[in-house]
Parts: sequence; C-alpha cells; structure tokens
Amino acid sequence: MDRLLFLFATGLARGAVFALFALSLVLIWRAARIINFAQGAMALVATYLAFAVTGLTGSYAAGLAAGILGGAAIGWAIERGVMRHAPHSTPLAGVIVAIGLVMVLQSLLGIVFGPQYRPMAAPFDETPIFLGGVPVLSPYDLFILVVALGVMGLLAVLFTRTSLGLQLRASAFAPEVSRMLGVRVDRMVTIGWMLSAAVAALAALLLIPTELGLNPHSTDMLFVYAFTVAVVGGLDSPVGALVGGLTVGVVISLVTGYLGSTVAPIGVLVLLVVVLLVRPGGVFSMREARTA
Amino acid sequence: MTRLFPRLAGTPRVLVVAGILTLLAIGGTFLLDPYRNFQLATAAAYFCAIGGLTLLVGLSGQLSLGHAALMAAGGYGYALTSIALTGAGLAGAGRFVIALVAGVVAASVLGLLLGLAGARLRGPYLAGLTLAFVIALPAVTSVFSGVFRGDQGLQTAYEPVPELLNRLIALEQWQAWVAIGVTSVVTTALALVRRGAGGLRMRAVRDDETAARLNGVAVRRVKVTAFTVSAAAAGAGGAVLCFVTQSVSPGGYTLAFSLLLLVGAVVGGLGSLGGAAIGAAVIVLLPWVLSLLAGSLDLPAELAQRLSGNLSVLVFGLLLIVVMLVRPGGLAGAFGGRRRGPWVRRSSTSPEPAEAPAPASPSPSPQKQFLAQER
Repeated sequence: MDRLLFLFATGLARGAVFALFALSLVLIWRAARIINFAQGAMALVATYLAFAVTGLTGSYAAGLAAGILGGAAIGWAIERGVMRHAPHSTPLAGVIVAIGLVMVLQSLLGIVFGPQYRPMAAPFDETPIFLGGVPVLSPYDLFILVVALGVMGLLAVLFTRTSLGLQLRASAFAPEVSRMLGVRVDRMVTIGWMLSAAVAALAALLLIPTELGLNPHSTDMLFVYAFTVAVVGGLDSPVGALVGGLTVGVVISLVTGYLGSTVAPIGVLVLLVVVLLVRPGGVFSMREARTA
Repeated sequence: MTRLFPRLAGTPRVLVVAGILTLLAIGGTFLLDPYRNFQLATAAAYFCAIGGLTLLVGLSGQLSLGHAALMAAGGYGYALTSIALTGAGLAGAGRFVIALVAGVVAASVLGLLLGLAGARLRGPYLAGLTLAFVIALPAVTSVFSGVFRGDQGLQTAYEPVPELLNRLIALEQWQAWVAIGVTSVVTTALALVRRGAGGLRMRAVRDDETAARLNGVAVRRVKVTAFTVSAAAAGAGGAVLCFVTQSVSPGGYTLAFSLLLLVGAVVGGLGSLGGAAIGAAVIVLLPWVLSLLAGSLDLPAELAQRLSGNLSVLVFGLLLIVVMLVRPGGLAGAFGGRRRGPWVRRSSTSPEPAEAPAPASPSPSPQKQFLAQER
C-alpha cells in the first residue's frame, strides 16, 4: 500500500511534465493545425543551452531562464524559417518536414556534444519526504508539480483573460475574419509557436534531471508519451492535456514500479491502442476535430 | 520508359519491364565485388520496404513511421520459422521459401491490425501510433525474451550457394541474386496494385474521402488493404535482410531506421516505385560515401567518431526538408516530368470527381481550406 501511494505520487509529478509537454503540442495544434513532431528535438536544443548556461554561471535559475527564452527563440526560428514554407495541402507534409527537423537537430547535437549522457543536477533534493512513515514525494517532485500547474494556470489566464489571448484564439479559429478585423494572424501563429516551444523546453528541463541525463535522444520517449497524452485527452483540449497527462504519468509509474521499466513503452502502446479503438474521438475532444 | 515496347500495355507491359530490369540487375552483380554485392542485396531489401511505404504514403495518404517494426516482424517471422524448420531437418530452397512466406504473413497480420486501428485516424494520429509502435519494439523483444532473445536477437542458419552455381559465383553474389529475385516479385506486385483498380481507389481516398465514399468506394477497407499490402512488402524486405545478414535483432530496427525508410520514400518521390528504388540506393550509398569523405579529411579522432553516425543523419534530414519544401515530387519527378507532389490540394467544397486522380485544380488559400475543414 505504501508502495502504491509512493508510485501514485511520483506518477503525478511525472504526469505533470507529460501534461505540460502535451499542452505545448496543443498550443501549436490550436495555432497552426500541425502536430509538431519536432517538439522533442526543439526542447532538447533548449535544454542543452540551459545546461551550458548553468555550467558557465553555476546558477540553476539562469540556466532555466536561458532554456525557456532559448526555447521561444527556437520556436520563432523554426516557424519563420521552415514550417511556414511547408505545403499546407496536407497535414502529412508538415509532419514529414518536422521529422526532417528532428533528424537535423539531433544529429547536430550529437556532433557538437557527443553521444554520452551528461548528468543534470536537480535544484532540490530528490530523496522522498516521509509523511507518517510513508515515502511520498521528493522536494523536486513537488517543485515540478507546482511549476507545471502554475504555468498551466498562467497560460489559462493568458488565453481567456487577456487581449493577446483573445487574438490568439481568434486567429486560430477564424483566420480570415480575424485578419479583416485587424488581427495580425501571421504574428499570432508565430507567437503560438514561441509559447509552445518555450513550454516544451520547460517540460524537458523539468524532466531530464530525474532521468539518466542529457543525450541527443533524451526527449524521444517524452514526445511519445506526450503524444499519447494528446490522443487520450484530445488535441484541442488543454483540460484534456492536463487530465490525460496525469493519467499517463500514473499509469507509467505503476507499470514501471510493478512490472519493470522495460514494460513501460508497451503499457503506453496498449493505452494508445485501447483509446483509439474504444474511443477514437479522444476523451475530451469532439469527433469532428479528430477527422478534420 | 514509354518509348520501350509501345505496343505492350497494361499488366503484360509491367511484367515484361520487371523481367528485363531483374535480368539487368542480376547481370550487374557480375560487375561488382563481394562487398558491393552485399550492398546491392541490402538495397534490394530496403527497396521492398520503401516500395511498400511509398505506396502507403503516396497513394493512400496514410503516414507510417513504424515500417522498421514491420520489417522486424518479417525478419523475426523468417528467423523463427527458419530455426524451427532447421530443427525439423529441412534445408535448402524449401526452408527459405516457407520462412519467407512466414515472415510476410507475420508482417501482414501486424499490418492488418495496425491498419484496422489506423483506418479510423487521420495522418498525424496514425503517424504517432506507428511511432509508439516502433519505440515499443525493443521492449516487446525483451519482455518476450524467451521467444525473441531480447537485445541479442536471433541467428538463422547459413544458406549456402547451390552446388550447381558453386564454382561460378561467390556467396555474396548468390545472396544478391536471391534478394533481387524476391524484390522483383514484391515490387512487381506493388506496381500491379498501383496501376490497377485498387490503386485508383487509394488515390480517390487520399484526395477526398467524402467524394470517394459518395462514389461507392469502401474507404475503410481501402485504407486497411493499403496498410496490409504495404506491411507485407516491408515484411518481405525484413525477411530478405535477415537472409542476407543471417540475424535479426531489435538494434537493427530502431526509430532512426524507420525514419530512414521515410527519407527513402520521400527523396525518390512519394508514390513512385522508381523513386523508391532511387531512395533505397541513396540510403545505402550515402552513409558509405560520407564516411569515405570524412575519412579522407584526416580529422581528429574524437570529431571523426562524433561525425560517424550523425553526419549521414544530418544530410538525410536536410534532404527530407529540402525535398519536401522545394520539390515534393521527389527526385523521380526530375526525370519523369511530374513535378507536383502526390497530393493535389483538396478542397472539401469543390465537386471534384473522385475517381479521377485529381486534376490540377486552382488551389484555394490556406485560410479558405482551413475554414472548409472547420465546417
């Protein structure tokens, strides 16, 4: 029972990261109607940047800020330089270009930094706190949960309560009408990409200290898990991303804890297939959005 | 190509052209040294898989990132059957053919299941599902390590050169012959599917599902069939690769390899079998050429080691992006004149006849398209 509680709690912390990353996929989907398969690689570049800055200055906060700002800059560069020019006639063209980006970014990282794992230090203690004799969460897990939920709250406020959020939503849902009403739709799409890439960079920055370390392929699994979250929750639903992320996190934590870490990808695959077969519309999404 | 045999048309033409190309390829093996013949056999195996993938993506409009896993299914099906038959005392051509068929069947069954799940999904979702599938492959082989032997993989029995040919050709050349033979059968079948009624239905589904359905095309069935056929071709490729290397292990069928197959399909030109052949040659030869180039530059050891795997991936990624942005028709389009991508812009409001491979309709702005999709 103690073990179950512990796995459940750490699963929630992992799940918050998956939810954050899935939310970044949702942001791009809502801004540009593209599933960005390069999101993991882009976040990884930002994480390497943060790693380098932390190494130079010795400050975790400076690295975190550099990673997030760098993530936004990468989002801007990729949107303006590449994705904007992809053929819009089919979603597949965008996916294929994004896969090309994954190959380019990962191989560049491999050439510059080499294939070895570079351990990243967490800013807080990673040994669990005991509550009434039961190990629950480490301070770092708590930090992850607070930051992830806080950022999601901020994004919710941005999208529902500010003028910029209104413009972002308007240009996503009715670009032509928005343009006539004076919204700079192209700029909104770019801002959507920058926001999304920054959020993805933050998610990767939070996750990697809890894993083996930094490597050109460290975010491959994160992307697959986040994609599963997006399918479970629905790509156009931020609430779906949150609930789906926490669900997937707990499932992975339980499968890893009871069956071993090699089984986790199979667990995710099974979850993905079951959701797609039983409820292909996603749990929080409308069916039309799925087939459009 | 159309100037050759102008009087032949339809299926006989495909068969004659396929026969001539096969003979040319087999004749070509005499000009190559053993290592080149090994590369040729590998390229032939890739050609099978890329041909299947290009049919799936270019014709039916479904994107699979998991074709490496389907190749692995073919390889494991081949290896397990071959090992079982060796245990039963069978050897020679019988063992090879039965094992090959088993590999193709294994991949087809897996492809059928994926296709059934995928027929409900649009491009990006299917791509994500197949991505999860190929990522889960090492986990599957290590969880069922009693059958698949985990990371180590399976070793199959050695298939020697038949005695009749023993004095004439070396082992590598014989393997290239077998690979070419299997590949020509598979790709001829793909060419027949592509130009037949099935191919027409796939194009109709790709261009406009609703219009296809209105014209009596069973969209779901067409999609599942496309996936199964494509998986069968990938399985044959995996089985041939297992025959050539006498082993199969999850390390050979990673996500990176899966993406490489996609590069092969895109670079040559999606939907074109000639393009798939070009793509297969590119993904076999380019890493080798690049490593020769890097070796001739006399770089420091550490840099050379970092470049070794990554440089070719970098070039492949750039190729993928540039081809997709500049010339969606791929390299095959450079010779054949078809410059458009396989996907003609589709608008759900325009009443296009679905049975024709969509004509070049004036394309509405992305925003209009978007609005049309939103409705």
